[in-house]
Amino acid sequence: MSRLELRNVEARYGPVKVLHGVSLTVGDGELVAVLGANGAGKTTTLRAISGTVRRSGDLVFDGKALSRRTEVTARAGIAHVPEGRGTFSDLSVWENLRLGAYTRRGGIKEDAQRVFSFFPRLEARRNQQAGTLSGGEQQMLALGRAMMARPKLLLLDEPSLGLAPIVVTEIFGALERMKGEDGMSVLVVEQNANLALAHAARAYVLEVGNVVVDGTSDELRANESIRKSYLGY
Amino acid sequence: MRARLWPELSAFAAVAVVVALLPRFVSDFRARELAIVGMYFIALLGLSILTGFNGQISLGHGAFMAIGGYTTAILSVDGFFGHQLRDLWTIPIAGLVAGIAGLVVGIPALRLSGLYLALITFGIAVSFPQLPKEFDHFFGGTTGKILDLAKPPFGLGTTTNNWIYYLTWGIALVLLVAAWLLVRGKTGRAFKAIRDSEVAAVSAGISLPRYKTLAFGISAFYAGVAGSLYAIANAYVNPDVFPIILSVYLVVGLAVGGLDSLFGMIAGAALIYFLQNHADTVARWINHLPALSLDPKQPGIPSVVFGIVLIVVMVLLPTGAGGLVRKLFGLLTSRLYTRS
Amino acid sequence: MLLAAFTWTEFAQQLAAGIREGAIYAGLALAIVIIYRSTRVINFAQGEMATFTTFIAWSLMNQGLSFWAAFPIVLAIAFTGGVAIERVLIRPVENAPVLTIVIITLGLALLLNGLMSMIWGGGNRQFHGPFSTRTIDVGGVPVSVQDIGIVVVSILLVVLLGFFFRFTKVGLGMRAAAVNRDSSRLAGVRVGWMLALGWGIAAVLGAVAGMMIAPVVFLDPNMMQTILLYAFAAAVLGGLDSPVGAVVGGILLGVTITLLGRYVGFIGSTLKLPAALLLILVLLLLRPGGLFGRVTVRRV
Repeated sequence: MSRLELRNVEARYGPVKVLHGVSLTVGDGELVAVLGANGAGKTTTLRAISGTVRRSGDLVFDGKALSRRTEVTARAGIAHVPEGRGTFSDLSVWENLRLGAYTRRGGIKEDAQRVFSFFPRLEARRNQQAGTLSGGEQQMLALGRAMMARPKLLLLDEPSLGLAPIVVTEIFGALERMKGEDGMSVLVVEQNANLALAHAARAYVLEVGNVVVDGTSDELRANESIRKSYLGY
Repeated sequence: MRARLWPELSAFAAVAVVVALLPRFVSDFRARELAIVGMYFIALLGLSILTGFNGQISLGHGAFMAIGGYTTAILSVDGFFGHQLRDLWTIPIAGLVAGIAGLVVGIPALRLSGLYLALITFGIAVSFPQLPKEFDHFFGGTTGKILDLAKPPFGLGTTTNNWIYYLTWGIALVLLVAAWLLVRGKTGRAFKAIRDSEVAAVSAGISLPRYKTLAFGISAFYAGVAGSLYAIANAYVNPDVFPIILSVYLVVGLAVGGLDSLFGMIAGAALIYFLQNHADTVARWINHLPALSLDPKQPGIPSVVFGIVLIVVMVLLPTGAGGLVRKLFGLLTSRLYTRS
Repeated sequence: MLLAAFTWTEFAQQLAAGIREGAIYAGLALAIVIIYRSTRVINFAQGEMATFTTFIAWSLMNQGLSFWAAFPIVLAIAFTGGVAIERVLIRPVENAPVLTIVIITLGLALLLNGLMSMIWGGGNRQFHGPFSTRTIDVGGVPVSVQDIGIVVVSILLVVLLGFFFRFTKVGLGMRAAAVNRDSSRLAGVRVGWMLALGWGIAAVLGAVAGMMIAPVVFLDPNMMQTILLYAFAAAVLGGLDSPVGAVVGGILLGVTITLLGRYVGFIGSTLKLPAALLLILVLLLLRPGGLFGRVTVRRV
């Protein structure tokens, strides 16, 4: 059963159309990657789902049409870690985590403990202003914030951007564990196609606002043109 | 961008003709009213240069008008080293004194942006009336100073009100042309560049300190001239002639006229005068709406009417009268130029 | 230099009066800061909103209600009014330039001021506050009960607000919405309502300040105009972004201005306002962010 389904979704920034009819599905508990070059519309695809860009087309989440209002999509169980991570720089790490759980009641302490067990560095910086964290720590915090929401679907935008390889490994490790424990679905946008295909079950490749290829990770790795353009070998 | 020269020139010609002929068709009293509109117009031109073209907010232009008014009063009553000046010659001096005050305010304004500037200039507007009260030997305290009634010069056989009308609007048209040349020229381009993006302006080699203080100075000069004329027309000044609310009214006029529309300022000036002096008429109009009956003479009506007009205009018509005309005109000309 | 005669008792009395003044400025400054933080708007109508609600309190008390009975009703009205103003007047121009919004709040100030004149008429009114004006002896200094009451109420309010913003979910949501709207929406915070709530809380703060100061200065439609200016000064002094700064700035300004007015003969009562202005101007030139202005720390 698919958790999220996009049919012919278009999106525009003012007069500029960025998505020209994207269709994709994300299954229950599945990790799906969106690949593509800069400007292909990867980020916009995520933004179309969370309602942070003007869009049209059919978006179905858990069998129901998805609201255009960002707050409502968040309350429906979609957590979006945006480009730039969306950290509340002026608030403390702990307050950032509390905001993650804004849409629900109870169990905040336990969930925070779980986040801290994944990322012990965050616990050490619990009362620190979030803006003073390093890039990697901010990415961990962003993931932690999303985790606090106990989402049914996590939208992740370029989690590896600008981070040291060891931090990337740590983050993707945590992501896999979270997915396993909660059974949530993940839609991840990545520049680093090798990394994405290593973790994703399936992937979509976007070019100028259209899905050009899709398939399982193995199929894509076997596709010669994909290998040349995106995997670099 | 469309060449906007001919519409502006013809608009100017039309305004000049109307200004020249109008007194023939209206009463002496109306001429006086129109003269006061002209004074607001001059002050608004200055404010438009500052806010509309340079992007700096001033909620304190009433204070610059007061400086101009007091300069004229002091020079023509007490004189300069015992030598009293004829009211006419005090006008440029009043403008200069206010302009220098503007330059001085412009210096701290350099470090203050947006809302901070609004707050500080508002503070100036509120504090200024305290000065004449405190230094009463110089400013005449709360009673103020009484000027001689303005008389037409060179034995011109016209009434005082007509004379003030022509004097005001003559100066207004000259200052309108000056403002127009200014904003179209190099300085105006620098002003607008700063308004649109200070960072970009600096990287294009435009000196922020020079042009921002200059804008303040020029703008205050206009306000000073307006205040000087106002003092001459009233034949007296005291702190109540330039009340705190005057600064607010000027911003209202600016907004209604449409920030960077020099011609629009005429509409803004007319509105200030009309609402201030004929709010009861507006109240009577409002009474035509069903289920409303305001007592036009009730205290508070002017403020209520002013407030409502202001809010409605800003919510519905954020570009003001000038913007509206431009939009209509744009529609018209684009119709003309596109063949269908 | 022009110093007036000095006694320690009188100094202490002036200090107390300054703190009382400062507490009022602080209340209104806090209202300004809360609105500024959430909607980046300086509300020039804050003073008239406060006076308007104080007039409502006056009317209720004229109907025979006691002060403390009228108090919660007035606060509820103020809150609703504040929320309504944000929704009706500010929301439609949310993305307009600063000047547009400034002008709208100025228009609102004019409108409310005119309405007050229409409904209640001009002229001074005695407003009977909750505290007695009799003085008691505090460590050898006679201080009026009213002054103590005003300061205590202000402190309570600040503590309550601090608790609200720090420990409640809605308070956290409001802070989040103030600093990062997009992320707040993604976290499920109803940003629009948070902003309206900010206006509501600001209106409540103003109402309390109005009801506290009215017994001291007489009630009339222009009651808050000068006070609002001092509150602006206080908010700027503390840094427009900082609620703590608003409170400290308010007290500091109240004390400074009262003492200057009393002891520097040159300033007296007429030049207090220009003196305050000058103070702010100098401070802004030295520290553009105000005393408690945030130095934004950010790593990308």
